[in-house]
Amino acid sequence: MRMVSAGPFERWLYPTRQGLYCEPGRFFIDPVRPVERAIVSHGHSDHARAGHGSVLATPETVALMKARLGPLGARSFSAHPCGVPLDVGGVRLTLHPAGHILGSAQVAIEYGGARCVVSGDYKRQADPTAAPFEPVRCDLFVTEATFGLPVFRHGASEREIGRLLASLEAFPERAHLVGVYSLGKCQRVIALLRAAGYERTIYLHGALKSMCDVYSALGVELGKLAVVGDRDRRALAGEIVLAPPGELGGRWSRRLGDPVTAFASGWMRVRARARQRGVELPLVISDHADWCELVQTIAETGAEEIWVTHGREEGLVRQIELMGRRGRALALLGREEEAE
Amino acid sequence: MKAFAELLDRLAYTHGRNEKLRLLKVYFARTTDPDRGWALAALADGLAFSFPIRRTVIELIGPKLDAELFRLSRDYVGDTAETVALVWPEPEGKRGEPPRLSEVVKGLERAGRGELPRLLEGWLDRLDANGRWALLKLLTGALRVGVSARLAKTALAEMGGREVSEIEEVWHGLSPPYEPLFAWLTGTAPRPDVTGAPVFLPLMLSHPLEDEELAHLDVGAFSIEWKWDGIRVQVVSTGATTRLYSRTGDDISRSFPEIVEGWRGQGVFDGELLIVREGAVAPFADLQRRLNRKTVSRRMLEEYPAHIRLYDALRIGDADLRSLALCERRARLEAWWASGPPPRTDLSPLVAVGDKNELIRLWSGTRGVGIEGMMLKRRQSPYLAGRPKGHWYKWKRASLTLDCVLMYAQRGSGKRSSFYSDYTFGVWAGTLQDSELVAVGKAYSGYTDQELLELDRWIRQHTLERFGPVRRVEPTLVLEVAFDAVQRSSRHKSGVAMRFPRIHRIRWEKPAREADRLDTVIALLEPKTATGHARGADEERPDSPWFRLR
Repeated sequence: MRMVSAGPFERWLYPTRQGLYCEPGRFFIDPVRPVERAIVSHGHSDHARAGHGSVLATPETVALMKARLGPLGARSFSAHPCGVPLDVGGVRLTLHPAGHILGSAQVAIEYGGARCVVSGDYKRQADPTAAPFEPVRCDLFVTEATFGLPVFRHGASEREIGRLLASLEAFPERAHLVGVYSLGKCQRVIALLRAAGYERTIYLHGALKSMCDVYSALGVELGKLAVVGDRDRRALAGEIVLAPPGELGGRWSRRLGDPVTAFASGWMRVRARARQRGVELPLVISDHADWCELVQTIAETGAEEIWVTHGREEGLVRQIELMGRRGRALALLGREEEAE
Repeated sequence: MKAFAELLDRLAYTHGRNEKLRLLKVYFARTTDPDRGWALAALADGLAFSFPIRRTVIELIGPKLDAELFRLSRDYVGDTAETVALVWPEPEGKRGEPPRLSEVVKGLERAGRGELPRLLEGWLDRLDANGRWALLKLLTGALRVGVSARLAKTALAEMGGREVSEIEEVWHGLSPPYEPLFAWLTGTAPRPDVTGAPVFLPLMLSHPLEDEELAHLDVGAFSIEWKWDGIRVQVVSTGATTRLYSRTGDDISRSFPEIVEGWRGQGVFDGELLIVREGAVAPFADLQRRLNRKTVSRRMLEEYPAHIRLYDALRIGDADLRSLALCERRARLEAWWASGPPPRTDLSPLVAVGDKNELIRLWSGTRGVGIEGMMLKRRQSPYLAGRPKGHWYKWKRASLTLDCVLMYAQRGSGKRSSFYSDYTFGVWAGTLQDSELVAVGKAYSGYTDQELLELDRWIRQHTLERFGPVRRVEPTLVLEVAFDAVQRSSRHKSGVAMRFPRIHRIRWEKPAREADRLDTVIALLEPKTATGHARGADEERPDSPWFRLR
């Protein structure tokens, strides 16, 4: 089913119910339903689903997918490094770092003299756990728009980590429970804490352990970690505890007594969002490009046409118009609100 | 401004009282004069700037951001000031030093109307997003960070190792930026001398009368009055100046000009503020119409005439009466009043009670005549600031109870943030065949810790819908709710709301269809004008989103 009708690119790259499809290469990019051939930009579950025939991704993404989905997550995995072009049915395909999480890549495809870059999720801020985003000149740029409104400007994550450490100093008798997504955000927050000189053991909700193990195995230094397990409020007073965001107001958190609840997310920039979560210490730390990075990246790619996938498409499409380029919202199924 | 912005930001997200106190103390201790004094004024009373802030910021942002992008942003954020703070462009290159809070206050005082937009633009350019938000909140006059004047004074008291009452006694003799106050609290100057100023004196408060105390009560040792349902006030007059203070020491003189302008007699008097028409006390809701008004129209003055029912005197003339026994103070109050009563005042009559049985009989009848309960004050008690034990008792009339059905549950805050601890409940409306639940109140107390655990578990297992921190549950659990009274409410679809509701019992066994009906609740509404008084709606927390939606 084709949703976009005009233009030269749509003849060979178009959205379908399964996801974005490259017709001459006969592959999908980040398909949301099982397909024969999938290129996966990164390991988050809304991009890396189980049940495909063969999956091509960076070695790190393959490792994360295997850990997450088990060896049966796909019939076969091919690990392909960034920067090495590959011919797929007459389409030249190259992966480029996207800076989103460990192993995340943009997918560049060249066909019939045109180059398209499908960014997947990306960010431009420095991140000790992910290779930095590489701008690629192209004709068509497919971008996310998670933070596609000018209210979203993330600021330095080091400063946010500083606020967490200051709170720890101000409330040394309370555990500091930080909501983080298990893949990417969790390890980034740990790495940022280490970079800020925090050397104490960092405690984890059990659900966060396996992804941290993969990061460690892939050579990302995370320092001393321990699963919370049976430890009670006394043992965790004044410590940093990381848990999936869903646990912030959950029953699991009761073992921490009266923790300071923090949430590391780009959404925390907006007060109503933080209050909705009952968060006491909102930390604006995001794995997604903020407004300025989206605008900057679109300009740097030089693309005349930009397709905007999930997020606040309306705002970004308006901005692309103001920049004198062609922008259109691409409704991809299964990408409602990006877990951030 | 930077430290103040950080303080507001933390306060806005902090729930616990002790945590808020700690944040305030740290701020006051680390910030210098006069900035901390201006911050204190903003937190305690709000700094009033007459300045069309909303219009000005929209005009300022216009040339900086596409209107369509601003509209989309505003819709997403839901608050104009916050949206402007977030989308304001960051300056090219290095930002200037952020303005100090005192610079902002002085600048606003000095600037002419035409200069304000440019001034504001300059400050916004020098602040980061959080600073811009704080500045715009400051200018709107409503900080809304959950800090009362009392809490701010408590933080000052703790910082200086003083009692809050000591701060309250000097507070109204001082003005922003409160440099002498901070000098005293930090030990660099003696206590500010406010002799001759119409300052608030801390009140003496009562304890609820417990069954145990009633059992051992020596009725003869007490002076007994009706408990009036207005608000407790203190009138302070130096002769030349008269002020009216609320029980927390807020100056409410401007809302009640007829009281302060007509006052006669120097002293400090304790009494109940009521709306009285032709000798009859009006419902509390009428008094509420008069509260929190900066200006009062002539019509308001005529339709809602204020009155003070006096029951104590802390000073008369130059004499401080606080060390005297209550019966002695009362005698002096009566003599003073008889010699020339201020208009719109009377004395709260003493109720003659022979023995405990008669006291209990009178108390049991208080609902019938619409009085909130009784006050028992020890005749020999001096006037002691605070809530001293064993001197004054309030004995509120007995609660009513009804069986209601749990409709919504909301997660609590702070220590209760992992529990569904706030309950919205309703009763049946419509015909017996075709009934629907309508909300009549919200309660977040009355249960034991064990019951809270059980309720929380039940709610998680019987959820129909979730909206953020709120769950709509199957309408099958009956809660026996105790409450003080029923009042009219335009906020509720049912048209009524309970006052002081709390969970009395959980009726796990009771079928929901047997819960009470709206007719029963409406029958409990008190008459519009009672001889004593009727009830108001001040305690209902209007923060539940569906109370407004439904």
